[in-house]
Amino acid sequence: MYVTDHILPALPAPSDSKGVLHWLKTNLFSSPINIVLTLLGLLLVYKILPPIIDWVFINATWTADNSAECKGEEKGACWAFISNRFGQVMYGFYPPEQFWRPNLAGILLILLTIPLFFEKTPKKVILGGFVLVVFPFIAFVLIHGGYFGLSTIETDKWGGLMLTLIISFVGILCALPLGIILALGRRSNMPIVKSICVIFIEFWRGVPLITVLFMSSVMLPLFFSGGTDFDKLARAMIGIILFQSAYVAEVVRGGLQAIPKGQYEAAVAMGLSYWKSMFLIILPQALKLVIPGLVNTFIALFKDTTLVLTIGLFDLLAIVENVLGSDSAWLGFHTEGLVFAAFVFWMFCFAMSRYSMSLERKLHTGHTH
Amino acid sequence: MKKRILLGLATVALLSTAAYAEKSDKKMSTLDSVKKAGILKCGVTTGLAGFSAADKKGNWTGLDVDTCRGIAAAVLGDATKVKFNPLTAKERFTALQSGEIDVLSRNTTWTLTRDASLGLNFAGVNYYDGQGFLVSKKLGVKSVNDLDGAQVCIQAGTTTELNLADYFKSHNMKFKAITFDTSDQTIKGFEAGRCDMLTSDQSQLYALRIKLAKPEDAIVLPEVISKEPLGPVVRQGDDQWFNIVKWSLNAMINAEELGVSKANAKAMKKSKDPAIGRLMGGQGEKLGLSDDWSYNIISQVGNYAEIFEANVGKDSPLKIDRGLNALWNKGGIMYAPPIR
Repeated sequence: MYVTDHILPALPAPSDSKGVLHWLKTNLFSSPINIVLTLLGLLLVYKILPPIIDWVFINATWTADNSAECKGEEKGACWAFISNRFGQVMYGFYPPEQFWRPNLAGILLILLTIPLFFEKTPKKVILGGFVLVVFPFIAFVLIHGGYFGLSTIETDKWGGLMLTLIISFVGILCALPLGIILALGRRSNMPIVKSICVIFIEFWRGVPLITVLFMSSVMLPLFFSGGTDFDKLARAMIGIILFQSAYVAEVVRGGLQAIPKGQYEAAVAMGLSYWKSMFLIILPQALKLVIPGLVNTFIALFKDTTLVLTIGLFDLLAIVENVLGSDSAWLGFHTEGLVFAAFVFWMFCFAMSRYSMSLERKLHTGHTH
Repeated sequence: MKKRILLGLATVALLSTAAYAEKSDKKMSTLDSVKKAGILKCGVTTGLAGFSAADKKGNWTGLDVDTCRGIAAAVLGDATKVKFNPLTAKERFTALQSGEIDVLSRNTTWTLTRDASLGLNFAGVNYYDGQGFLVSKKLGVKSVNDLDGAQVCIQAGTTTELNLADYFKSHNMKFKAITFDTSDQTIKGFEAGRCDMLTSDQSQLYALRIKLAKPEDAIVLPEVISKEPLGPVVRQGDDQWFNIVKWSLNAMINAEELGVSKANAKAMKKSKDPAIGRLMGGQGEKLGLSDDWSYNIISQVGNYAEIFEANVGKDSPLKIDRGLNALWNKGGIMYAPPIR
């Protein structure tokens, strides 16, 4: 009997089932309908893409001292419209000589968060806690000033991308814990706690964000006495946090309900207190399940921050549309402004969604319920 | 149950407004609070070319902005002591009512309803606006009356649409409205030749015209078919403050009439002309201001012609004609009562 003592090497795949040609054949030209669709698609790309590239890059004006340089038959996008006032696009009316302060806060945040992405960083919990709890105060002192000899820069000077990021960062940071508490409260057996949470969630979910902002800016001052000067940005932020926490609560509740009853019972059986069982057993599993939902609401919040224009705060979009767009020497470049704002928003939202995907992969422990 | 909650909420709201009203009675006058704060809080638009817009350095400029600077110069002696509060159309009146701002100079049309029922007072007119028409030059028309049966580009849901219908009906003419959502889309539609003319407030027409690839190919027709007087607004119930705002604006208009400008204000102070003498000093006490209130306005901000031309007129990219806003003795209707 002949027994081979080694495994035969694999033969190369037949030439018609590998390579570019094969891929094209199976994916693009597999049937008459697909052939037609592929050709139509190519035609569409051919018709649309070159004009876009022409407009965005080739014929675009990158720097110009006045708008006349941007206008003409052959001229594409006028990026000078943005680049001439880039400081305002980034920081609003923040004084240019103080730009280093928000910059420092941003760099600090990046330096503090990078180690969190690596598995092997020691004392990650402490570092993470520092970023979430202590850093916002450092950033506030840096950007707002008033301490350590830093000049005070009132919040009405804040704007642009900086304001967009501050509102979303604070909104996400505060809404998450509040939302988790609300979700737990809603599933609580204590009738008062439960009804308070249900009323809170249903109330804030029932009103549009624009109404919340509007109430915070228009109605609240009427209820206060005339002299009370309650910061507009603070009012808006509180509104956004309460609004967002209601949404987070419902997403987290979805996760809590997806955890099998056995997990709750097992936690009780081990003699864990309510809070211990929640924080050690239930929430780690539930939150992992709802990452896509959470990131979804955060992306929505990031985009919703543009609504703050309705109360006269200038976020990125408002700066581009209303401040740059109302410069009488540079009228007629709304398209450029909107394209730029859309690109910036897309960048951040895309980054968030990629991060959430990687987080899901990292936390995937193979359990399925 | 639901009714009871609503009732409860309404009571709370009522009580708090009552408490607010009571407090504001005891509050000091607007003039005193502005002087105490050392800064004038002025409500402006979030951005409207020529009227209020933030420039590259973040400074506010525009006709409405300069109106506020004039008031600050009169009250505080320094035209730079203004805090501009950008407001949307919806929040502007409440911001004034709640005391968040001292004066609203935000492209606001003076109408009976607003004047009588919102607890506000309009202190005058700093720009007479009105609905006008933009047509392509190659049509060769001189008047809107030549445009029977025309296709008109128009922004949906505005009073412009109703005014247009009224005007065409009363002149026995027909038109076909082509509506767009925003003013930017409207001008794009006009440029693409979807319509013969575009209608909007005149001040807007000039700003829209710049957005055309070839602005010189379009002209603004002389007809104005609606009245949109725009001016600064103050809270009702503080007559002294109302007077100050009203006369700060009047001082600028009178200064133009008397030929006093930013450049010659200092020399004019010694003028022998009694009218100029009264304008340049001696009347401040009656308003509760210092005697050089009007001198401060003119020397720091300028007369009406100067702020008009610099912000919206021939020295600005908008190039709006004085038209209705010329002085009463120069073919317009801009008229200020005498300072005496």
